[in-house]
Amino acid sequence: MSDEKKLPLRTAFAVSVSKTAAALSRATGRGDGSVIGGRLGMMIDPDLLAHLAAGREIALVSGTNGKTTTTRFTAAALGVLGDVATNSFGANMPTGHTSALARAGATRYAVLEVDEHYLAQVIQATEPRVVALLNLSRDQLDRAKEVAMMADLWRQALAAHPKVHIVANADDPMVVYAAGAHPADEVTWFSAGQRWQDDSHVCPACGGHIQRGEAGGWACANGDLRRPSPQWTLLDGEVVAPDGVPHEVKLQLPGTVNLGNAATALAVAAKFGVNPIDAIPRLGSVASVAGRYAQVERDGRLVRLLLAKNPASWLEAFEMADVAPTLLAINARDPDGLDTSWLYDVDFSPLRGRQVLVSGDRAMDLAVRLEINGVPFTHVKTFADAVAAVPQGRLEVIANYTAFQDIRAELDRVL
Amino acid sequence: MSSDLNGGLQIVWVYPDLLSTYGDRGNMLILAHRARARGIPAQTIEVRSDQRLPDQGDIYLLGGGEDGPQALAAQRLLTDGGLARAAANRAVIFAVCAGYQLLGSTFFAKGDKCPGLDMIDISSDRGPSRAVGELAGDVDPTLGLPPLTGFENHGGRTHLGPGVKPLVRVTTGVGNDGVTEGAWSETILGTYAHGPALARNPALADLLLCWATGEQSLGPLDDTWPDRLRAERLTAVGR
Repeated sequence: MSDEKKLPLRTAFAVSVSKTAAALSRATGRGDGSVIGGRLGMMIDPDLLAHLAAGREIALVSGTNGKTTTTRFTAAALGVLGDVATNSFGANMPTGHTSALARAGATRYAVLEVDEHYLAQVIQATEPRVVALLNLSRDQLDRAKEVAMMADLWRQALAAHPKVHIVANADDPMVVYAAGAHPADEVTWFSAGQRWQDDSHVCPACGGHIQRGEAGGWACANGDLRRPSPQWTLLDGEVVAPDGVPHEVKLQLPGTVNLGNAATALAVAAKFGVNPIDAIPRLGSVASVAGRYAQVERDGRLVRLLLAKNPASWLEAFEMADVAPTLLAINARDPDGLDTSWLYDVDFSPLRGRQVLVSGDRAMDLAVRLEINGVPFTHVKTFADAVAAVPQGRLEVIANYTAFQDIRAELDRVL
Repeated sequence: MSSDLNGGLQIVWVYPDLLSTYGDRGNMLILAHRARARGIPAQTIEVRSDQRLPDQGDIYLLGGGEDGPQALAAQRLLTDGGLARAAANRAVIFAVCAGYQLLGSTFFAKGDKCPGLDMIDISSDRGPSRAVGELAGDVDPTLGLPPLTGFENHGGRTHLGPGVKPLVRVTTGVGNDGVTEGAWSETILGTYAHGPALARNPALADLLLCWATGEQSLGPLDDTWPDRLRAERLTAVGR
């Protein structure tokens, strides 16, 4: 290391530049500032994230799906204790974390959503108190690490930090493997279900078969890996805490999936000393997350936006959506992944009987898929055409990442 | 190519628990859909790697997979012997990506050279870089098919011996080695066009169905959507 004394000054300057750039980005309408500010700041002080994290009590949230929502819930729950810094725009790489911490100023707590590829790096930089591991499944495989490799990377990252407390999903064998080498008293297991199981038929420890049994149980045939007994569970629409007390959690966000995200957030917050009873009303006040689940009225249609970016999250979106006219929009630009073959990993048959519209850059891929799936549909060129094609009332919109952003822009950046 | 299709066309998806990484189910669904649309009853059978592989099927499908599952699938198939017996019965085998590689003499998984099923005259090793992106080219004219369009994502390179013919002359992408893509011999056909390759290549699906049924041709279908998809993807690569 060079001259240590320089660091605080350099850090202060980096923070100032970072904030200014972020503010400029927002003021000029070029973005929400959550990436550019962090990028510039880190050019000036490469250890900026570590410096900004120092002295804070931090929770990290990572996984393939549900991390933005769970981060939002966790930040809401920790709000019981005081001010919380968080990257609420879903900018989940180190530049986004840096920006979020710089913008928030001095807070005692921080909750950061972390892209699963960056977990090792961000644990190293922020020395978190708790890391929540939600799930791992296929997601943009044309560029992402394969699922078993990701589980291995997580396992290695965590092995270097045995004092970090892990809150992990007992229902996902990949997550259990990733957390499995950790000291047992530093792991809290939750059960939020696993709708998508096609990436975890093979044991990541030994290559044996994972067999699934009654009531969500599973075990590797060779006995190396089995479902741990979860401390936090869902039962009849309620969240059951480790002491066995069930809590009614009234959410504005739809679906059992989000109830699972809420349970995870409560489990993380409990490690910071937050009582679920104090946190639950705050979770109920969350109405949308970076535009997701937002409801907007347009020409007499109540439009609700659901983001679905990989097979697991499509299954979740079908579970959340009302039985109502539904627009599906698919792109395959860089942020989405260029490959649309995952469409055949999703069973669209839950949509039979609903009026289905297809749109987006890759609507033709979707059209062929739906024809094979026996789901009648209509192709529309624009979002406005979709709105015009459905009767008054609910219109569910399920879109992948850039298609979602396009529609959000048409709706004037809702929320 | 079974004798009489009693009880309909049997389409066997081999080891979906190991070889299904990129929407591989699509090829099974598309073949069944296109058979049934012609009034040919079709039965789909999914055989997991801990089950015995039936050897009386008409069409066998092998999909893509990560290195570990690919090596495991090859091992199990060698031990099981069902696929080799099916091939001896002149069943149709359509294999994609990792499934294509393991039909050859050798392939590489996790840095190790692994023995394949040696059912077609190919061998695979590692390329200098991963091939990811659109794949297109002209199909062997003896097959009478329009250009192939697909998406590839693999680190392997495949060398063809004299016992097979290349499926495609590559115009976009890498395929076997940047020049040819895929291979075929009798009723076995392999390709790097991964996942639901048949979604973009309905004529290739029909060729497999012809091989399996012994028909010279099949009745026309309304291919409005697949044709629009093909046109869009081929235009995207400048064809």
